[in-house]
Amino acid sequence: MASAFRPSPVMVTLKYAAILGYVAFALFPLYWLVKIALTPDALIFSDGTALWPSALTFDNFRKVIFQSDFMGYFTNSVIVSLSTAAATTLIAAAAGYAFSRFRFRGKGIVIALMLLTQMFPLLMIIAPIYKIVSSLGMLNSLTSLIVVYTAFNIPFATFLMQSFFDGIPKDLEEAAMIDGCTRPQALRLVILPLTLPGLAATLGFVFTAAWSELLFALMLISKNDAMTFPVGLLTFVSKFSVDWGQMMAAGVLALVPSCLFFFFIQRYLVQGLTSGAVKG
Amino acid sequence: MATIEMRSVSKKYGNVEVLRDIDLNIADGEFIVLVGPSGCGKSTLLRMVAGLEPITGGDFTIGGKLMNDVPPRDRDIAMVFQSYALYPHMTVGRNMGFSMEIRKTPKRERLGPVAGAAATLGLDKLLDRYPKALSGGQRQRVAMGRAIVRDPKAFLFDEPLSNLDAALRVEMRLEIARLHQRLSTTMIYVTHDQVEAMTLADRIVVLDAGRIQQVGTPLDLYERPANRFVATFIGSPNMNILDATAVEGGMQIGKSPVIAAPKGAVQLGIRPEHLGLAHQGAGDIDVTAQLVERLGSDTNIYTESPDLGSILLRVHGNVDVNAGDAIGLTLTRDKLHFFDTAGNSIARQS
Repeated sequence: MASAFRPSPVMVTLKYAAILGYVAFALFPLYWLVKIALTPDALIFSDGTALWPSALTFDNFRKVIFQSDFMGYFTNSVIVSLSTAAATTLIAAAAGYAFSRFRFRGKGIVIALMLLTQMFPLLMIIAPIYKIVSSLGMLNSLTSLIVVYTAFNIPFATFLMQSFFDGIPKDLEEAAMIDGCTRPQALRLVILPLTLPGLAATLGFVFTAAWSELLFALMLISKNDAMTFPVGLLTFVSKFSVDWGQMMAAGVLALVPSCLFFFFIQRYLVQGLTSGAVKG
Repeated sequence: MATIEMRSVSKKYGNVEVLRDIDLNIADGEFIVLVGPSGCGKSTLLRMVAGLEPITGGDFTIGGKLMNDVPPRDRDIAMVFQSYALYPHMTVGRNMGFSMEIRKTPKRERLGPVAGAAATLGLDKLLDRYPKALSGGQRQRVAMGRAIVRDPKAFLFDEPLSNLDAALRVEMRLEIARLHQRLSTTMIYVTHDQVEAMTLADRIVVLDAGRIQQVGTPLDLYERPANRFVATFIGSPNMNILDATAVEGGMQIGKSPVIAAPKGAVQLGIRPEHLGLAHQGAGDIDVTAQLVERLGSDTNIYTESPDLGSILLRVHGNVDVNAGDAIGLTLTRDKLHFFDTAGNSIARQS
């Protein structure tokens, strides 16, 4: 009987080939990014679609770091993304805890409203947002981006946090309160340590979303010193040419913080994304 | 140690009243068990004692002090949860000493009580482990240990054994009984398992639909149930309730001889163990055996009577009755219970 369930070698090979094909397809743009970044300017067009550059150079990286405004954009992006991630996670954790633990008047309406905000494409509301930010005199400021990103990320982050709090039994807080804790103490000493995976997952999602956001950054920022890197990348496109090598080098550098961030939180993230799926 | 008193305590969620007119005095050191079917309000009542649910009406005191609005941490009670509620990120030792940690007791002073409780419960070798590395029984012990370390005025147990397997449940039940013997602290224990209730309780409180149906010692409830609900809820297997017809000189069930009964009785109750086995025609009622359960020490015989419906009989030892046999049942006269139309018990005439 067992042999009936043994997969044939052909099927196994086909499966691996399919997975390999998918991975190659998914990672190819990333490879191309690195390849162009490392190709000397003179060879970009002559090399054409060759998979491997005929010469390697770090010149593009040197120029991007030392001779362009990229480090400024980069710093702006770090400030905006970290602030957004921190503010959103803090607010979403508090809101998620309230939704998970308390019964209060209007809870259903608030949840419905938050869901409602997720239903519209951002393009539809970009004009009113521009108007509001402009009348507040906040155009060309990083604060405007942080506020807008935070506002748009809160609903999703709140639902995410709520599901993490739902996964922590109420009994734990109650046991802590009987043991002598106030509710804030129970939250800090018992619930918070158990929510770390959830907080890490939320931080990760929000950070990435803010890091790569272009639409609002493009609309609300026009001055060079307040640009985030997705907008800054466009400065490598001039009237008559595109500086592909530097643009790609900037792209590679922009990947670094995201990768680092995920490297540090991945332990919690994997735990976070799977927690609650199975009991215990 | 302390007395606990409830006077006209009630609980409402919006317009829904889940508990009403709860009057209960629990003596110092008494072991009280709250039993009742699911949704009867027993866990809610326990949570109100713990301070986890606000009290909507009435007065509730511990040791003579009004506790209605006192937060859980200031009530000096300890609670063992059904889910154990151990802090997963703390070791067994820290779990047990957490209440002292919160009260800023120095670490050195915490070690003594934790080690003492751990030794009592056989947890001394597990103090450095995390809850996830423990079996269900061990987790339950840690939860009890955490409560013991508190040295509280009262222990509250919320169905603490219902997540354990049958053998472990018996073992832990004995452990709790021993704990009460040793500490003599007031204990309130919620369960839907009447064996736990009968074996552990000094007094049992039977609840149904948010009201106390009867309070009494286990034998009181078994022998003198206040109403049909208590009569059928206490005792295993359940009491047989049979519809009766009033006749001159008493009542009759089916084609039975006339049975002396108090005035107003419309139903008769008899426990399966108080029915006797007889040959067909020689007993009070004739029935047909439908199913026979042989438990070794006892035999349960599920029978059917054309006039009275299902009747369960429990006989000590093993008897030679098989499904389909026509048999007779005798009623032990001094073990009969009588109920009026409202389901309340009517005292036997002596």
